[in-house]
Amino acid sequence: MYAYDQYDQAMVDARVAEFRDQTARRLAGQLTEDQFKPLRLMNGLYLQLHAYMLRVAIPYGTLSGRQMRMLAHIARKYDRDYGHFTTRQNIQYNWIRLADAPDILADLASVEMHAIQTSGNCIRNISSDQYAGVSADEVTDPRPLAELLRQWSSFHPEFTYLPRKFKICVIASEQDRAAMRLHDIGIELVKKDGEIGARIFVGGGMGRTPMVAPEIRDFVPFGQVVSYLEACLRVYNRYGRRDNKYKARIKILVHELGADEYRARVEQEFAQMKTLGLDPPLAELERIAAHFAPPPYETGLSDAIDLSDRDFAQWVSTQVKPHKVPGYAIVNISLKPIGGIPGDASSAQIDLMADLAERYSFDELRVTHAQNIVLAHVRKADLPALWKALEGADLATANLDLISDIIACPGLDYCSLANARSIPVAQKIAQRFADVGRQQELGELKLKISGCINACGHHHAGNIGILGVDRKGVENYQLLLGGSGAEDVALGQITGPGFDEDGIVDAVEKATDVYLANRTEGERFVDTFRRIGMAPFKEALYA
Amino acid sequence: MPELHSLRDGGEAAELPAVTLEAFAGQSNATAVRIEPGEDARELLPHLDRIALVEVNFPSFGDGRGYSAARILREAGYAGELRAVGDVLVDQIRHMVRCGFDSFAPDQPLDSALVEAVLGRFPGAYQKTVDGIVPIWAKRHGVSHG
Repeated sequence: MYAYDQYDQAMVDARVAEFRDQTARRLAGQLTEDQFKPLRLMNGLYLQLHAYMLRVAIPYGTLSGRQMRMLAHIARKYDRDYGHFTTRQNIQYNWIRLADAPDILADLASVEMHAIQTSGNCIRNISSDQYAGVSADEVTDPRPLAELLRQWSSFHPEFTYLPRKFKICVIASEQDRAAMRLHDIGIELVKKDGEIGARIFVGGGMGRTPMVAPEIRDFVPFGQVVSYLEACLRVYNRYGRRDNKYKARIKILVHELGADEYRARVEQEFAQMKTLGLDPPLAELERIAAHFAPPPYETGLSDAIDLSDRDFAQWVSTQVKPHKVPGYAIVNISLKPIGGIPGDASSAQIDLMADLAERYSFDELRVTHAQNIVLAHVRKADLPALWKALEGADLATANLDLISDIIACPGLDYCSLANARSIPVAQKIAQRFADVGRQQELGELKLKISGCINACGHHHAGNIGILGVDRKGVENYQLLLGGSGAEDVALGQITGPGFDEDGIVDAVEKATDVYLANRTEGERFVDTFRRIGMAPFKEALYA
Repeated sequence: MPELHSLRDGGEAAELPAVTLEAFAGQSNATAVRIEPGEDARELLPHLDRIALVEVNFPSFGDGRGYSAARILREAGYAGELRAVGDVLVDQIRHMVRCGFDSFAPDQPLDSALVEAVLGRFPGAYQKTVDGIVPIWAKRHGVSHG
C-alpha cells in the first residue's frame, strides 16, 4: 500500500488548514454560498435534501485496516453510525454538519486520507481494478500509475475549473472489472514490444447521454503519460462546452468533434507539452511501485478447502475468486444483504472488516465499484474462520454478480437531484429473488438502478438496468436490458413504457423468465439477450 | 477602476489600455491586449515581443479557460505582465499564479492579508508548471529543474 512521505502529508495538512479557513469565512458571512460552493465541493461536501453529505476519497479503492477504522470512527462520531460505499470506490456520509467538516478532514489527514476533489468540476478520485496485484491476467499492477495520477491531479492549477467533473480509471488486464471505457479517460496498461505503456480511451460516460469511450491512442510510453493527459485535459478545458451543464462532459466534445479531430488536437498539444519536462521520471513510478510490492506470502500452502458445510460451500463458490499465489484466495464481502441498502455498512461492520483484514489479509482492503469490499490475500486455510466472523455480522451474503448484488444510487431518499427512490426498489427486487438457489440458477446478472437520468447507479451498464423518472409527480421506472460495464462493454436498451414501483419488480422477474426459457448451455443473461434480441422480452413484458 | 494587486518585481504594473484581441491584430502599435474565455491565446504568439500586458478576463469564476490561456502564453515564453480580471476570487489566486498570472484586478477588491495567506499556505506542488516551483517528484529524486 502507498504510504505518504513528508511531502504528501504536508500537502494534505495544508488542505485541512485551507478548508478550515474557508469554512470559518463562510460561517462568518465573508463568503456567499455561491462563492463557497465550489470550495466545499472540492472537498467533497454536498448540500443534500436533509443535510450535508461528505464524500471521502479512497484512492483506487485501496485502504488499510487503520484507515478503515477511521471511517468507522467518523460514522460514529459525526454521522448516524453508518457510511455508504460508492460506485467511485469512495465512502460517503449523509448526515454531516458543516461546522464539523474541518475536524473530520483533520481526522482523515491523521491516517493519510482526504476528501480532496471528490466533487466539483475537477479531476476526481482515480478508480481501478479491485483485483489489482492479485489477479493472474494483469500485465502489471495498475495502482502505481493510479497513485502517480492521484498526485498529479491533486490541486492541478489548470484543471480545477473544468467544464464539468472528470473521472479517470486505470486497469491493466483485458478483463475489465472497473467499467474503464465508461470513464472520461480510461487507461488500459498494455505491453508492446516488451515495454509497458498506456492505451488511452477518451470520452466515455453514463449520465443522460451514455457513451462508450473510443480509443484515442493505442500506446503512450509510461514516461509520457502525464504530459499526454495534460494535452487531453487542455483540449477539453479550452473547447469543452460551457453553455449547457448537460452537454459539458468531455464525451460530448469528443462526440461533436469526432474522435479523429479530438485526437488531432490532442496530438498537436502533446507535441509541444511533452518537451516541457512535465513528466515525473520513471524513478518516481518505481518509488511508488515499491509500496505495492506483493506482501510476504507463505509458500507451500495447501489449496484444499473443506466444503462439507453447505452454506460455507455456497459462500465460497460465489464470493471467493482465484488468487495468483497458490494457497491464497480473493474474498469478496457482500454489502448487499437481502433487504439492506446496497453499499451501506455500520461502523461496527466497518470495524470488523478492518480487524479481519488485519488478521487475514495483510491489513489491506479494497472497495469495488459494485459497492462491495474485497480482502485480496486470504489463506485458503483461513476461509472457514473468516466466513464465520462475517456471518456473525451479516456480511456473509453469497450473491457476488448475482441478481441481488445490486448497484443503486442513494436516490430520492437522500439525493437532491433524484426523481425517484432507488433503495426501496433494490430492496424489493432482492426480496423477490431472496432464495439463493434461485439466484444461482440465474447465474451472472448485473442489475443496476439509478434514481434519475444522471445515472449514478450505472443503469446503462446493467445487464438489467432500471431508471427512475418522475412522470407527472409519480415515480415511474424504465427498464433497460443488455448493458455491460465489463470488457464486453455495451449500453442497455430501453424496453418500452415504464412501470410503477411494484410493476418494475414484476417486469424484472418476467425478463429473467424469458432468459430461463431461451438460454442455451453456458449462456449468461446478457449472452441470451444478445442472441435473441429485444423482441421476446418485449412480448413478455407488454403482453 | 478595480484595485490592482501585483506580484511583479517592484510591484510595478502596466497602466495601459488593453484592446480586444480582434483590434490588436490591426494595431501594430498596441502593447496591451485583453482576451476573453472563448478566444485563442495562441493568436498572440507571433507578437509576444511587443506585448507588455495581457489581461485575461474571467466573466465568471467557474469558467476555467483563462487558466489554459495563461499557461499557453507562459509556455511560449511570454515574460510580460499577465493580469487576471473580472470575477477573480481570493481562493483561486494560487492556481492562477501557478499558471503564470502575476497581477490581479478583480471586480471585487481582494483582502491583501488574505492574498498573502493563500499564497503561502501550500508547502509545495505536485505538478511542474510555469511558476518555477520545483515539483514534489523532482524534490524526491533530485531532478534538476530546467
